[in-house]
Amino acid sequence: MSLVEDIRKAAERYPRSKSAILPALRMAQEQYGWLPPEALAEVGEALGLTPAYCMAVASFYDMLHLEPVGTHTIEVCTNVCCGLVNAQAVLESFERELGVAPGETTADGSITLRAVECLGGCSTPTIVAVDGRYRQSVKPEDACAIVEELRGP
Amino acid sequence: MAPEILVLAGAEEAPLRDIAAYRAAGGYAQLEKARAQEPQAIIAELIESNLRGRGGAFFPTGRKASFIPTPDKVAKPVYITVNADESEPGTFKDREIMLRVPHRLIEGCLIAAHAIQSKFVFIYIRGEYSTEYDVLEAALDQANAAGLLGGVTIVIHRGAGAYICGEETALLSSLEGERGQPRSKPPFPAIEGLYAAPTLINNVETITTIPKVLEVGPAEYAQIGAPPDSTGTRLFCLSGNVARPGVYELPHGITARHLIEDVGGGVPGGRSLKAVMMGGSSFPVMTPDDLDTKLDANSLGQKGYFIGSGVVCAVDDRTCMVQFALRVGQFYMHESCGKCTPCRIGTRWLVQILRAVENGTAPESDLDLALDVCDRIIGKCLCVLGDSDAMIVASCVTKFRDEFRAHLEHRGCPFGHDSQLDRLFAPSDQHHDTPMAKEVPV
Repeated sequence: MSLVEDIRKAAERYPRSKSAILPALRMAQEQYGWLPPEALAEVGEALGLTPAYCMAVASFYDMLHLEPVGTHTIEVCTNVCCGLVNAQAVLESFERELGVAPGETTADGSITLRAVECLGGCSTPTIVAVDGRYRQSVKPEDACAIVEELRGP
Repeated sequence: MAPEILVLAGAEEAPLRDIAAYRAAGGYAQLEKARAQEPQAIIAELIESNLRGRGGAFFPTGRKASFIPTPDKVAKPVYITVNADESEPGTFKDREIMLRVPHRLIEGCLIAAHAIQSKFVFIYIRGEYSTEYDVLEAALDQANAAGLLGGVTIVIHRGAGAYICGEETALLSSLEGERGQPRSKPPFPAIEGLYAAPTLINNVETITTIPKVLEVGPAEYAQIGAPPDSTGTRLFCLSGNVARPGVYELPHGITARHLIEDVGGGVPGGRSLKAVMMGGSSFPVMTPDDLDTKLDANSLGQKGYFIGSGVVCAVDDRTCMVQFALRVGQFYMHESCGKCTPCRIGTRWLVQILRAVENGTAPESDLDLALDVCDRIIGKCLCVLGDSDAMIVASCVTKFRDEFRAHLEHRGCPFGHDSQLDRLFAPSDQHHDTPMAKEVPV
């Protein structure tokens, strides 16, 4: 099925199709890697909304990307609970390992590093979401292995 | 005597995710019992138990349900929305519930649906919770296959990263496919909520407690904890500088000292406690001299604290409280939806002031200016996001004023690199393309 058909199917679960815009944008982002104008146009076509409206909604949410991101993402929680237990050192360890600052993508386009707000895993700091899945109790010395794992052999 | 563990019962050792195991432990029995009763009787039991909302506002759950008009009074369908957009810094209990007792949450949804005669439940789960979503979807599939839904549709709706969507009217905007911005109240969601229809909105923990309230009986439940106002157990979220952080289900009314020192093993490394982020990042910080305060709404309220979402985050003596206030302030600046001016401008202004204090470049008058900015936010916006920032920042400035002033006298941070929060990077600094990274002229 095409993206437009997938979105229309997902929208059937809702009393009003506009409610499906977040799942639709998520599906589009999974397909394109981010939300380029053509992705927003497809979401709009599927739900009967303008691309501009889709962009307005997408720009509100932190997980929806209006610029290209890497094939993989590493997101380090730097809110206070993780911060009290050394999150800054974990973030800096990833910065050194990847050679990029938070918010940037490696030159080969493979990995984006981001700092994020509280991920809700405060009892096992530092929480790092790797491709959207939580790693718990990450220490600065773990950064190397995580990056190697993403880069592959 | 009712057992001490209610919400997480059966999942103390390992997650209780399989429907057969959950039923073997008595699961879904309360749903069956509830469906044999009149809907009004369930609401009456919730009122009698005095169960109150665990999301932060502590509103009586039964009363909230009683505000929903019965189907003969409205021409529209009525909806239930479960707030699983857990994003308050320091809060991780709803995540534990979804991972460990997903069926109890679904049972609670179905009982609530019967109580207000709703056929549609939306569980709005924060977008970052991937594993939690998978576990909950799997449990829902099992419940559906077992024929337990009884004509009720449950949709698990994933957010996309916005703290503000935990605010109930912003959640509704988001669920309707809009930007997640709050709306004015009244009309309250019970009258005009989702699609302008009556909508009951409850937190995950609240809904998950409902089957247990019915199981132990409302009269007995009302005796647990710190009756009459703070009944039952609570999933306390213990984090920060403690030896054994975690989610602990304990009755309302234990002291903060007991939780931090006995349950949590105290502050590690021979350090001492400097402050407690109490209730969440949206409330005044607690100082150690109030550590014997009981963790219930009234005891905390008498000292100007809030139970919030059950957060108890210990802050040790290395920590610079200016850095703490700054990092919390950066969070609210990042998460302000921008709809109300006092919040949009005020959260940024506070960050500017706090950064200047941390650098030791602020004039002394900036401390009072910060308090003044807080005053001009509180109570002047559609929702409490700005108020939250103002409350915690004002409490830091007021309670740790000497420490703030020391920054100005030293012309820099007296803690230097010893504080764990030193130069802690905030996501707001990643937005190079937006004005957030730039100073706002004020």
